[in-house]
Amino acid sequence: MTRPPRAVYPLAALAVALFAVPLLGLLWRAPWSAVWDQLADPDARTALRLSLVTSLSATVLAVVLGIPLAWVQARVDYPGRSVVRALTTLPMVLPPVVGGIALLLALGRRGLIGQHLDKVGVNLPFHLPGAVLAEAFVAMPFFVLTVEAALRSVDTRLEDAARTLGASPWRVFWRVTLPLVRPSVIAGAVLCWARALGEFGATITFAGNLAGHTQTLPLFVYVKLESGDTGSAIVLSLVLLLVSLAVLVALRDRWMKAL
Amino acid sequence: MRRLMLAAVLVLVVAVGCGTTDGTATTGAARPTVFGAASLTEAFTDLGGATFTFAGSSALVTQIQQGAPADVFASADETNMQKLVDAGLVETPKVFAHNTLEIVTGSGNPKRITGLADLDRAGLIVVLADPSVPVGRYSQQVLTKAGVTVKPRSLELDVKAALTKVTTGEADASIVYASDVAAAGNDATGVEIPNDQNVTATYPIAVVKATAHRTSAEAFVQKVLSTRGQAALQRRGFLPA
Repeated sequence: MTRPPRAVYPLAALAVALFAVPLLGLLWRAPWSAVWDQLADPDARTALRLSLVTSLSATVLAVVLGIPLAWVQARVDYPGRSVVRALTTLPMVLPPVVGGIALLLALGRRGLIGQHLDKVGVNLPFHLPGAVLAEAFVAMPFFVLTVEAALRSVDTRLEDAARTLGASPWRVFWRVTLPLVRPSVIAGAVLCWARALGEFGATITFAGNLAGHTQTLPLFVYVKLESGDTGSAIVLSLVLLLVSLAVLVALRDRWMKAL
Repeated sequence: MRRLMLAAVLVLVVAVGCGTTDGTATTGAARPTVFGAASLTEAFTDLGGATFTFAGSSALVTQIQQGAPADVFASADETNMQKLVDAGLVETPKVFAHNTLEIVTGSGNPKRITGLADLDRAGLIVVLADPSVPVGRYSQQVLTKAGVTVKPRSLELDVKAALTKVTTGEADASIVYASDVAAAGNDATGVEIPNDQNVTATYPIAVVKATAHRTSAEAFVQKVLSTRGQAALQRRGFLPA
């Protein structure tokens, strides 16, 4: 193994600093003595609970729809597959606020589909399902990409063997393929959940901001910061940071492998 | 690989280059950076002569406290300005405009809203501004005066966000400044709030003490207070100072 030349190290260190320094800033300004008081704040609790409900719902939605999508994308060669892949990966690079506007124009009360939903009494903006949808929109690509990559790397001879022994395509998928990719399904779901938990732009644009209904933890942090309550904003930022860090540490090997 | 390195170096050079030109441009008698309450968007843009950032006043206060490079701050209330006065971050503020509140509804007032008392009607989707921003607190005051309890569907983070929810049709009504109803033009219809229920919003402006462009910052404040500045504000629905 060739080691990189010496000049590379300072740049690599600078890259690490770029990520580490902001986190140090957060830790430096954290009101450590008031952490428990901030976490005991009923509004913070409400936001935390709402965040858990919406992000877990978004993850379930991503798994239920994402496995079929990943399955088709990995195994069916059809014209336009790369277009579909680009489309379903877009939210990873799209500014979330743009996603929020797009959702609003499609599913809002005057939207392309939303105007018909409104007639049958389905309202997404300002309601919890709207927040779930916004989070799923942004987070699902993380799940689909992880699972699709895993499905591609499965040794298809094992599936062929099962089929020649008389198993139906459903049975092959449930009993052979899915168990083989289970680590990636879990990794993808956790990654998707972490992204959904941190979602801000699409949620506030599409679902609005109301405590107990659509005000998730990132929105709560933003409102607190805006209104000058930085202590509360910092403590809850630390909660989100801790969760994200725990997820990445737990997944470090699987996520790397999946990509 | 070498080509990639070259590209990276090129990007770096261009980036640094931009930084330098920017630096020289902002020294001397340059355009000041003005942080203004969201409701001032149209009036200040008409006036020009500065680089503007518009947001909820409380957000702008937080940014200035954190060292954002603002030269002038114009707030939609005295409470937020006072926070910066108390922190010793701004010069003595001057009041430059007033504003009143109005109910804003969709174009043509399809829900036939006649006053504040209609806002608690069942099935009506009302959004308000968050109480942390001036218009949100003023809204609470007028609702209290009128004895109306509204269950808002969302608390928006500045007046323009609340207005947008109505102009896009997501909400049926909101409470905004009279100047914002005017700014929305044909996209919205205003319903006046009677004087005995209304409140007067007060807009103070001040030079930020840490400014590197004191001359142009003070010139901008003078322009806002001048006859021309006052006329620009009144054209947009503000009341004289």
